[in-house]
Amino acid sequence: MDNTKKTELDNVVVRFSGDSGDGMQLTGTLFSNLSAILGNEISTFPDFPSEIRAPQGTLGGVSGFQVHLGSSKIYTPGDDPDVLVVMNPAALKVNAKAIKKGGIIIFDSDTFNKSGFEKAGFTTENPFEELAISETIQLIPAALSSLTQSSLEGFGFDNKTVLRSKNMFALGLICWLFNRPIDQAIHFLTTKFGKKPTILQANVKVLTDGFNYGNNLHLSISTYLVEKSHDTPKGKYTSISGNKATAWGLIAAAKKAGLELFLGSYPITPATDIMHELANRKDMGVKVVQAEDEIAGIASAIGASFAGDLAATSTSGPGLALKSESIGLAVMAELPLVIIDVMRSGPSTGMPTKTEQTDLLQALYGRNGESPVVVMAANTPDDCFKQAFMAGKIALEYMTPVILLSDAFIGNGTSLWKLPTLAELPEINPNYVKSDMTDYKVTSRDENTKVRYWSIPGIEGFGHRNGGLEKDYVTGAISTDHQNHQLMVDTREQKVNNVSQIIPELKVEGNKDADLLVIGWGGTHGHLMSAVNSVNKNGRKIALAHFNYINPLPKNAVELIQQYKKVVVCELNSGQFASYLRSKVTGVEFLQYNKVQGQPFTVAELEECFNNLLN
Amino acid sequence: MDTSNITTNQYNAKDFKSDQYVRWCPGCGDYAVLSTLQKVMAEIGVPPHQTAIISGIGCSSRLSYYMSSYGFHTIHGRGAAVATGVKVANPDLSVWQITGDGDCLAIGGNHFIHSVRRNVDLNVLLFNNQIYGLTKGQYSPTTKKGFITKSSPFGTVERPFRPAELTFGARGTFFARLLDVDLKTAQLCMLAAAKHKGTSVVECLVNCVIFNDGAHGWIAEKESRADRIIVLEDGQPMIFGKDRDKGLVLDGFNLKVVTIGENGISESNILVHDASCQDTTIHMKLAMMEGPDMPIAMGVIRNVEEETYDEAVEAQIAEVQAKSKIKTFDDLIATCEQWEM
Repeated sequence: MDNTKKTELDNVVVRFSGDSGDGMQLTGTLFSNLSAILGNEISTFPDFPSEIRAPQGTLGGVSGFQVHLGSSKIYTPGDDPDVLVVMNPAALKVNAKAIKKGGIIIFDSDTFNKSGFEKAGFTTENPFEELAISETIQLIPAALSSLTQSSLEGFGFDNKTVLRSKNMFALGLICWLFNRPIDQAIHFLTTKFGKKPTILQANVKVLTDGFNYGNNLHLSISTYLVEKSHDTPKGKYTSISGNKATAWGLIAAAKKAGLELFLGSYPITPATDIMHELANRKDMGVKVVQAEDEIAGIASAIGASFAGDLAATSTSGPGLALKSESIGLAVMAELPLVIIDVMRSGPSTGMPTKTEQTDLLQALYGRNGESPVVVMAANTPDDCFKQAFMAGKIALEYMTPVILLSDAFIGNGTSLWKLPTLAELPEINPNYVKSDMTDYKVTSRDENTKVRYWSIPGIEGFGHRNGGLEKDYVTGAISTDHQNHQLMVDTREQKVNNVSQIIPELKVEGNKDADLLVIGWGGTHGHLMSAVNSVNKNGRKIALAHFNYINPLPKNAVELIQQYKKVVVCELNSGQFASYLRSKVTGVEFLQYNKVQGQPFTVAELEECFNNLLN
Repeated sequence: MDTSNITTNQYNAKDFKSDQYVRWCPGCGDYAVLSTLQKVMAEIGVPPHQTAIISGIGCSSRLSYYMSSYGFHTIHGRGAAVATGVKVANPDLSVWQITGDGDCLAIGGNHFIHSVRRNVDLNVLLFNNQIYGLTKGQYSPTTKKGFITKSSPFGTVERPFRPAELTFGARGTFFARLLDVDLKTAQLCMLAAAKHKGTSVVECLVNCVIFNDGAHGWIAEKESRADRIIVLEDGQPMIFGKDRDKGLVLDGFNLKVVTIGENGISESNILVHDASCQDTTIHMKLAMMEGPDMPIAMGVIRNVEEETYDEAVEAQIAEVQAKSKIKTFDDLIATCEQWEM
């Protein structure tokens, strides 16, 4: 048909960038979903503007959405984009440094004018030269605004409404560039706008025109083919964000345990979407109290737990700090409670939309007294479901608060998620009192597991007084006896340590016979795994031990780490997990690779680090 | 909770006593509140195992240990938030929040106003002795200005809160006031609080014999009390005094004490108490009355019906569930945009 070639790629990264109102999130979501339907692995990440309502066309108002497609297993939304779609000069400026050499930039040439350049702070009329990228990239100019205007001529829309559809023109172009049939995109639009037929018709028209425009460009540019992934286990999939997966994991745990789910929470970036999702799940009987503050969020959850619900609170670092005293109460009262911390950049207000792993030590130790809790972390957006479910299971079965660490990166990012059924999830058996028990006390416990028996108000004969004061081990009455306090401290710690009986053993990924063991935890799994795989492919021997469970550690963790000669702990903080491991694992020198920039690792920087360590 | 369907009185006060030794100072006003509460609970007839007592920190908050029901002695100031969670999770429970002037109005002020604003169905016993007792004698948010305490050796320079004002300001639906030594009124207040659906705030004026003895002394002496307090009764003229010859009338925008039989005043001129009036103006004026010119208002000052928070939460869930096709977790999963890989 023309001189357009097709290049096959194993994986490709596309970034959509524009003003907050340009619909980049929708464009990106549609593109990633239709790629998934065609059999690609996908991973996405939204990049929110730094200001709430920045003026149009300025740097502060740029928002983006990155999609990573693969024909084999992919673990991250990708480092730098191969293809960048920019709706204005500001979006170009914000993303220019990121674009890969030889990459493609599609830009709306209608916005590349004097006023656009000024708003973005360009001083010349050629931004590509000014950014010194004109030699290394391929440009596809498309007059997205005016092409959309002519596409929608006769629809009778005002200009503002017309221009709102230009993201669909861009999507059409991208579909062409990636050899994607647009039928599936039309199907998605039908689902989304089915109730507004004119809007639907308009979007479909613009999408189709965008696709045809690409076809007729006769550009000497190569389009991309990303083949179906055969690494993905067969099954039904969807794309899910970490925060939504967390909410659903809690719902599943409550259903599995046969309990009502209660969330006490206070709005905080980047965790609020968990509360939004649960507030929307009244169909599942979820009770959500949007409390007056972070403290009331957790305190109401503790009340709900006392009354017999599976109770949770969701927050981010500053909120976790406010909840510290209440977590101590849940430790002392030995009540089940799930605390979700979607970590963000700190200290104090820090950079609320940016990701970090800097709350680990706060989660482990940020309370008065000897106050052990279970601390765990989720690896990927879809893993949030599994870990939230497990957090609920452990809390209920061990009568303990559980802190689940997520982060802004996996909380807002999406990944493929294999749809579960309730039946296939593990059973949850809370440690209830048994009706034949006599002489129940608030401190009555299973002597093997050290787990306190749960008596829920309403059951006759099991009335008791719980509280934050130390209790006598036997009678449950208030006690200041010194030996008793030691016994209670030891018992609470032993109980939390016993959780290691039901958690999976630590696995080593990559080359088990490695010269270098990489250790990570939580949301960095994707980047670490990608870097480890890549270094292995280049003939080096490297392995990854990635932790979901931090307190207690998996049973085999200490011995496993001790087998390796060289160990590096990689985390998005100044070395918190490394210092924790030093207190638990003897005879190992823990090297560190740390980054505290509010950004995830890049695979490239990790590879460089690992190669240097292997030299 | 809804107590209308409980008809038999099968409990007595003893059924609500725990086996714990009560550790308040001898002569503490808290004893009277505790024993009255046990009597009232027996009279209401809600079984101990359907009752949850949630307390914060302070002398008064020890009360949860002394009841045989389900109890939770939580942390300083957060009792209202914990109690909210208990009631929302299980609205069938009768939930009582025990708190003091420090716990409720200083560290717990935020939770207090918001639980009142939401109208969670809680019965709040706010022990007001105008002092911090457990930490041994610092001034509290209700301590009178100028009062000398360990933390105000030259007298406090702070203006005190008045619990009624806060309650009305937070759109409270119930406010009553009792005095530790007036058992009859105490019982009446607690009974009304238990029957009221919504947040029932009962200010319990209690005496701290150690750090603030006689704080309520002006009304504590039995001989003069009848002339210094007025026990309000819904639908009854506001008459008080040893000889029941004094009453309240409106004088412009203010309340005034008059004597029946003088200046042509008869009982028919006396204001009739309307506790269920939505408007708080008169309730506020009653609650703010101070001696020596005016009597201190005791009993149920405000008792208004409004939907409770816990009812509203349940009702909304029921409404959504009745309409929704999503009944099970697997139904929820089926709503996902999904594809085969």
